[in-house]
Amino acid sequence: MNVPETFTGWVVFLLQQYGGVLLKGALVTLFLAITGTLVGCLIGLLVGAIQTIPEEETESAVSRAALKALKKLLYAYVEVFRGTPMIVQAMVVYYGAMSIFNLDMSPLFAGFFVVSINTGAYMAETIRGGIESIDDGQKEAAIAIGMNHFEAMRYIILPQAVRNILPQIGNNLIINIKDTSVLNVISVTELYFASKSAAGVYYKYFEIFFVTCVIYFIMTFTASRLLRWWEKRIDGPSDYRLVEYDPLVDPCTEYPMTMVKKGGRRHD
Amino acid sequence: MTEPVLSLRGLKKSFGSREILKGISFDVHKGDVVTIIGPSGSGKSTLIRCVNFLETPTAGEVLYQGKPVREAFHKLPLYRTKVGMVFQQFNLFHNLNVLDNCTVGPVKVLGMDKLEAERKAVRFLETVGMHGYVNAKPNQLSGGQKQRVAIARALTLEPEVLLLDEPTSALDPEMVGEVLSVMRKLADEGLTMVVVTHEMAFARDVSSRVIFIDQGVIAEEGTPADIFEHAKQKRTQDFLSRFRLQYGDAGKEPPRPQA
Repeated sequence: MNVPETFTGWVVFLLQQYGGVLLKGALVTLFLAITGTLVGCLIGLLVGAIQTIPEEETESAVSRAALKALKKLLYAYVEVFRGTPMIVQAMVVYYGAMSIFNLDMSPLFAGFFVVSINTGAYMAETIRGGIESIDDGQKEAAIAIGMNHFEAMRYIILPQAVRNILPQIGNNLIINIKDTSVLNVISVTELYFASKSAAGVYYKYFEIFFVTCVIYFIMTFTASRLLRWWEKRIDGPSDYRLVEYDPLVDPCTEYPMTMVKKGGRRHD
Repeated sequence: MTEPVLSLRGLKKSFGSREILKGISFDVHKGDVVTIIGPSGSGKSTLIRCVNFLETPTAGEVLYQGKPVREAFHKLPLYRTKVGMVFQQFNLFHNLNVLDNCTVGPVKVLGMDKLEAERKAVRFLETVGMHGYVNAKPNQLSGGQKQRVAIARALTLEPEVLLLDEPTSALDPEMVGEVLSVMRKLADEGLTMVVVTHEMAFARDVSSRVIFIDQGVIAEEGTPADIFEHAKQKRTQDFLSRFRLQYGDAGKEPPRPQA
């Protein structure tokens, strides 16, 4: 077998040998990052929506106490999972499940589980912030047309909050693409794990990890462009189709618009 | 006389140790246009917000067609669909276009068929002259247009009573007229309304009853003629005279911006 001598020669050689392995690793990474971020967002939406339930004076004392306890519990969840490293969480969950519950989950599932609850903890706080950034009048108007807290959240508040925190969701996805690499400690065969295995064969760490680096960057850059595009799409077109003209702002009706005549303001 | 649509009985509201409403009672009958006037900070807005329980009254009772609200409706949201609300700051849903702003309540809360809700919404948008804007998002409208959509949104639920909390106070002077003329039109059509307002001309010409509130109590109430021409209380006279000074006469329209 011909052994390559230059850097590029090695890169090409290793790609031929291990390209498939790296690609598979990249797919596992993407799978974990995307599903983990999605499930994390759902957890975050739920936790955020519960954290913002007003403690109404009219509810019974029992349900008020239950709500308070639930909020405390969720608060603890957020603090614990935000306050410990994901690499340690992976070890605790994977080996803990085995020794305490005698539960032998696959490394992939354990990885997915850890990424999801970790992202959920971060998203809960982000979404709470997003919800609190929406003007109180929106909630009031929703309540005034007969919605309850969860209907107001689902149809009015969360769509606006999620739009506002979309850049933060994008951040989380990109962080997850990179940080799922820590799951190699529980032998999840994601991109970093695959690279390490491939590098070990010829002891060509620089060459392999240079390629790995490029693959990670392609994934994060693509994700970031796609998210931008999605943000633009959600905002919709900035103009709208007028069906007919508005008789009430016509200058010749009962209340003449002096400002329009002076050209101070346009109504279109 | 038939049962009033809404009755307030000894309504009180405190925020902490500050008592804002000190026992308010009045009835609203079908077809009434009740305007609530009074100085800033007198509790007008708190009062109208207590009527649909956006604020929970500290004491007293709100009766809907003679029954306490909590007995008449097992859930508060259902009661709120009977009592429409229009806010000073419009509060249109920013994520929905004009048509969806109107239909989201009937469809999601009352479970109305989407097409039927849209038919109703378009009818009410026509009433307020905004049917040409069904596709527009709220931030593409002027203040007066937003408020007219907000009125159509409240009407699409076909409430028994429409509550309006200073509907023209956040508008540029040039846009007050378009909203007031919509309100006049609705009054002419027989809609029951409770309006908190500083538009004295509207209160005098359109309302069937005027309630003057000062420091959390009803200082005086009666027909527009009773209040605007023969006010008995000194504080009512003082309050109205301030408006006469400002606008020349309460019956005239507010002045337009000068060049």
